[in-house]
Amino acid sequence: MSALELRGVSKVYDEGPSEVDALRDVSLSVSAGELVAVMGPSGSGKSTLLTIAGSLEQPTSGEVLVGGVALSGMSRNDRARLRRRSIGYVFQDFNLLAGLTAAENVSLPLELDGTPAKAARAAGITALEELGLGDRASRYPDELSGGERQRVAIARAVVGDRHLLLADEPSGALDSANGEAVLRLIRAACQRGVAGVVVTHDAQLASWADRVVFLRDGRIADQTRPPLGPESLLAPSRTQ
Amino acid sequence: MSVRHALLALLSEGPKYGLQLRQEFEAQTGEVWPLNVGQVYTTLQRLERDGLVESDEPAEDGPQKGFRITSDGEGELAGWLRTPPDLSSPPRDELVMKVLIAVRVPGIDVHEVVQTHRRYLVELMQEWTRLKEYAGDRDLGFALVVDAELFRLDSVVRWLDAADGRIKRAASDSATGVAAGLPKLPRKVGVRR
Repeated sequence: MSALELRGVSKVYDEGPSEVDALRDVSLSVSAGELVAVMGPSGSGKSTLLTIAGSLEQPTSGEVLVGGVALSGMSRNDRARLRRRSIGYVFQDFNLLAGLTAAENVSLPLELDGTPAKAARAAGITALEELGLGDRASRYPDELSGGERQRVAIARAVVGDRHLLLADEPSGALDSANGEAVLRLIRAACQRGVAGVVVTHDAQLASWADRVVFLRDGRIADQTRPPLGPESLLAPSRTQ
Repeated sequence: MSVRHALLALLSEGPKYGLQLRQEFEAQTGEVWPLNVGQVYTTLQRLERDGLVESDEPAEDGPQKGFRITSDGEGELAGWLRTPPDLSSPPRDELVMKVLIAVRVPGIDVHEVVQTHRRYLVELMQEWTRLKEYAGDRDLGFALVVDAELFRLDSVVRWLDAADGRIKRAASDSATGVAAGLPKLPRKVGVRR
């Protein structure tokens, strides 16, 4: 069973007199433990794919299944609960709440979901420690560097029992070392069994993924083949 | 990289024997560049002839000859490190030629051609990234080489992305009567000196 499955998903936006096809008949399956990167030019539908996969938007047609359960068959409340419990989001601009400390930001989704404050805070601090931010737990976002803020956002996305991690240009404005650190953390989360989807225009970041899917004009135009393994680079000659 | 300057760099750390220089050279190049002893001694002889290294005569039944860098050798090494390699003339890039030609061949979907190359490059980058992941940060030299390769491949992917967009815009301008036909193949690109 796939952790995330999109079946023939299309999305049409009404833009005044005209309609825009943001996604056209997209089918994609992501397994537990797999990291998939979605690449494509601006306007190719990358972000729309992510918001629909994360139940933040409804498709015009087609079906989205998370953990084998179709979102269309769920009530609004059930979908909201799924978003809080099972799906973690990482955005380019971190989306941390300025008035909360790092630990409070991370534990917030658990508290909103009914976890007692003390247990939620403990889980938040554990998630921060796993990302090397244990000593920043009581800092506010404006007391952290850009790289640290994004690590807090990743901690918030993986805290608790999340099965699906969705990231939209997660390295955003970070420099290459911090961008790489972000992808290493996302990959580590996937190696612990989380299914990950990262939307990026950056091939260096996409190359951390197990599979890279290329979108063009709202359609999946292509995807990478399964990796050959690092030893293939050491072979005497390569052919295309 | 020249063997000559690599040996000067190794001698800049202190006097060394020929065999030791060979072992250290191979270790620094990840053993992907094997040197035979003959190459090492021929290069050392030339460096000595040019006054860039000096040697100690071995004792009667002593070990091998030891070498040390001279001040001229240090100057040569410092100058070489600061001399930019010649990147002024564009290399004859097969991929660029393929895309330029694909635009002109009737019946060819140039975007599909571009995507074929983009996918191949990203697959290569995935393999280099796996190597980097397995190696961690233990070997600085290896990490620098892998980064260089990833940045090089990335720059080609970026060029393909830019070319893809440019070709798409040109086709749309052409459809609306804005563009002036097919791109001309460059006859000669100027060399900046």
